[in-house]
Amino acid sequence: MAAINITVNGKKQALDIDPTTPVLWVLRDHLDLVGTKFGCGMAMCGACTVHIDGVATRSCVLPVSEVADKAITTIEGLSEKGDHPVQKAWLEHDVPQCGYCQAGQVMNAASLLKDNPNPTDEEIETAMSGNICRCGTYVRIKAAIKTAANSSNQ
Amino acid sequence: MTIVKTTIGRRSFLKASALAGGGMILGFNWLMSACSKPEDVLALPKEWFELNGFLKIGDNGVVTIMSPNPEIGQNVKTSMPMIVAEELDVDWKRVIVEQAPLNTDIFTRQLAGGSQSIRQGWTSLRTAGATARQMLREAAAASWQVPVDEITTEAGMLYHKSSNKSAGFGEMASAAASVEIPKEVTLKDAKDFKIIGTPRTNVDGQKIVTGQPLFGLDYKKEGMLVAMIAHAPAFGLKLKSMDGAEAKSMPGIKDVFTIKAYEDDYARQWSDVSAFPELVVVVGNTTWEVMKARKALKLEWEPFGDHNESFSTFSGGSEDKKVPGGLENSNKHTQLMASLAAKKGRVVRKDGDPDAVFKKAAKVIERSYTAPFLAHNTMEPMNFFADVTADKAVLVGPTQTPEFMEKSVSARLGLPLEKIDIQMTRMGGGFGRRLYGHFLVEAAVISQKMQAPVKLIYSREDDMTFGTYRPAYHAMYRAALDENNNLIAFHVRAGGIPESPLFANRFPAGSVTNYLAEEWSQESNITVGAFRAPRSNFIAGAEQAFLDEVAETAGKDPIDFRLELLARAKSDPVGEKNDYEPDRYAGVLELVKEKSNWGQETPGVYRGVSAYFCHNSYVAHVVDLVMENGKPRVEKVHCAVDCGIVVNPIAATNLIEGGSVDGIGHSMFSNLTFTDGVPDQSNFDKYRLIRHREAPKSIDVHFVQNDIDPTGLGEPPFPPVVGALANALYKSNGKRFYSQPFIKDIETSSLRM
Repeated sequence: MAAINITVNGKKQALDIDPTTPVLWVLRDHLDLVGTKFGCGMAMCGACTVHIDGVATRSCVLPVSEVADKAITTIEGLSEKGDHPVQKAWLEHDVPQCGYCQAGQVMNAASLLKDNPNPTDEEIETAMSGNICRCGTYVRIKAAIKTAANSSNQ
Repeated sequence: MTIVKTTIGRRSFLKASALAGGGMILGFNWLMSACSKPEDVLALPKEWFELNGFLKIGDNGVVTIMSPNPEIGQNVKTSMPMIVAEELDVDWKRVIVEQAPLNTDIFTRQLAGGSQSIRQGWTSLRTAGATARQMLREAAAASWQVPVDEITTEAGMLYHKSSNKSAGFGEMASAAASVEIPKEVTLKDAKDFKIIGTPRTNVDGQKIVTGQPLFGLDYKKEGMLVAMIAHAPAFGLKLKSMDGAEAKSMPGIKDVFTIKAYEDDYARQWSDVSAFPELVVVVGNTTWEVMKARKALKLEWEPFGDHNESFSTFSGGSEDKKVPGGLENSNKHTQLMASLAAKKGRVVRKDGDPDAVFKKAAKVIERSYTAPFLAHNTMEPMNFFADVTADKAVLVGPTQTPEFMEKSVSARLGLPLEKIDIQMTRMGGGFGRRLYGHFLVEAAVISQKMQAPVKLIYSREDDMTFGTYRPAYHAMYRAALDENNNLIAFHVRAGGIPESPLFANRFPAGSVTNYLAEEWSQESNITVGAFRAPRSNFIAGAEQAFLDEVAETAGKDPIDFRLELLARAKSDPVGEKNDYEPDRYAGVLELVKEKSNWGQETPGVYRGVSAYFCHNSYVAHVVDLVMENGKPRVEKVHCAVDCGIVVNPIAATNLIEGGSVDGIGHSMFSNLTFTDGVPDQSNFDKYRLIRHREAPKSIDVHFVQNDIDPTGLGEPPFPPVVGALANALYKSNGKRFYSQPFIKDIETSSLRM
């Protein structure tokens, strides 16, 4: 066990924890932030995507010891009122089917648009290919990202 | 206008109001309307009046509608309440949707399977809404002293136009609750629908995109422990010995022990499929601690011999399944299937004299198709919460079959049915995997042993290697043409490990004078189950690829060739058991032909077509392929669907897009193989699921407009697209694709890919 301080969604958290614990399980088991999902445990599906200092990162293989003093943003903290342009676009396009992967998709898309406000279709496909949607909502995900890009650029 | 008898009682269901276990998922937002937009936040009523088990009306006119069925992503939680709201005649913005408890006295068939939720719920959902509306009208008529026939409704309001009186549903809800339940009610004409047929976004949409707790894996209760299992690494093995001492000594670990989810003498239900009834269990405080401790288990396994397992079937019968001992291999399966397909099978249907006609045919074409085992891979791995005490069991989590699993848990724990409370959470995918609920029984047994609330969690590896897989399949087809290129005989011989994929009475049965359908199967100890569009998910692609090749041999356009056969099935059907309507089948083909501009050649675009009937619905696909960096990529999918009345077009379209991606993805990429009983793929590093850059760039969905009662939609879009993809692949490089996943042949092809 080790004392580790992390910042999640702007809030400082003092943990006494096994330092090898992946950030995913810190969020879900210790901080009751269950919006970040467990999908594969080996960074192959993207369901666990969070932002570490603003960069989309798979949290299921990231030991908590590596994020001390870094800013973690989860789906719960992406926007105060759930009205981030990506979240709004997701609702407008009614993207989710089962919905399980969508928090990871939204976090990945928000990161993409931050770095590249006007992505081409190809750039969207490349950036989003680490996030599996088992229901196959890819066409809507792409459309929603374009809508979010347009709304952010106005 | 349809008049139906009501069968609804007033029996209250609130004893088991949704997720009353005190868990975190109780974060159900009472203030959020069905529209899920912040501006639609509703004020809470002071009092609710329950008119029947499906709905209650608040004194301020807000309506709560129960969603009876398990939600796996097929949109029932939005679409089923829409049907109630339609007949109630309420403003959808004033509706709150709540997941119903398991209570099949009120809600019949609380099951997610067979694409039947809307089809089989259609009348009861409408009747529930219409009954409440009628009771509100009677309450208003009594209050205003006017004839009930003169009371009209619109968007949650009651009117008596001639006396200029009006009232909101909320004002009349109290009086309506004491009105006698009408013996029969009138249902709306389809032309008068205001909610059905209009796009309504997902009632859980806001919660999904903001990460609110919704899924089984999100459920928590004070004092809850986490459990994980270890199962035999190979099909054909069972536990020999377990040393859990080191694991048990690790931080945060409460206990290590073995369980038997199903006792040897227990008569299993069909939903109790499990290859590994005996399991090693690690229980601890947190997931990571349990994951680490599990690696410290010292386990020995041993082979089991041939034995029998008896199951009750879905329809209530019973069957004995022989489970052979031994460690199976996919390469041997492939050889075995080819050798079994070379022998005569069990004849399921025979019309005319196919043997004689094949002998005198001008041309005979014979082709064989195969597909591997597949794992369901729901994104949310198997899990369940259980809190079992001496006199009751509360279970919360993802199951497609709560009613069946309630019986299994009752039998296993020795508690009566009424002491078992199974609560349904939104599911991170189903695809058939959660029809089988061994993990639910396991969670209950673990909680009983620990005398504490426990959440059982499967890792992805557990989930993928402890499956109820889609079987491995083989289909051999033969067609005979006469000198004028007419199809004069058709023969299918289909089988699988361990089940056959044959539907003997589907197209092209009924359209060919001489027809033979045979099937075979081979036992296995690899457990299988329903996988989105069971059997159809393979046989449609095989049959539709074969018909494409037959049409080509006959020198006919593939759509015209199918239409010619369907015309024969309509005008002069062969046999009497054909279970499709030729007109509706032809209808989707004609629609997709028109919408895709079939026949118009575009350089660099390679097209394939396919059509299929299953789950009471008809779907046709045209797939347009292009070559990108030497690899085939689906540029566009055109899809025509006849599923009768479309309840919620935006969700229906989404489901068809997803089903099309799913069919393309699995036939192109997915493959579960075995070496000495061990699955060779156990996570997404080796098991390929279709990803964004491999998915179709666009999908156009078109519905046949009619007023036929709605039919299935969750499964029908998957099967035909496999054939359309195979046929487009052929156009792109001149090579036919017979073996799934197609990517294997694409990667080894020496042709122009």
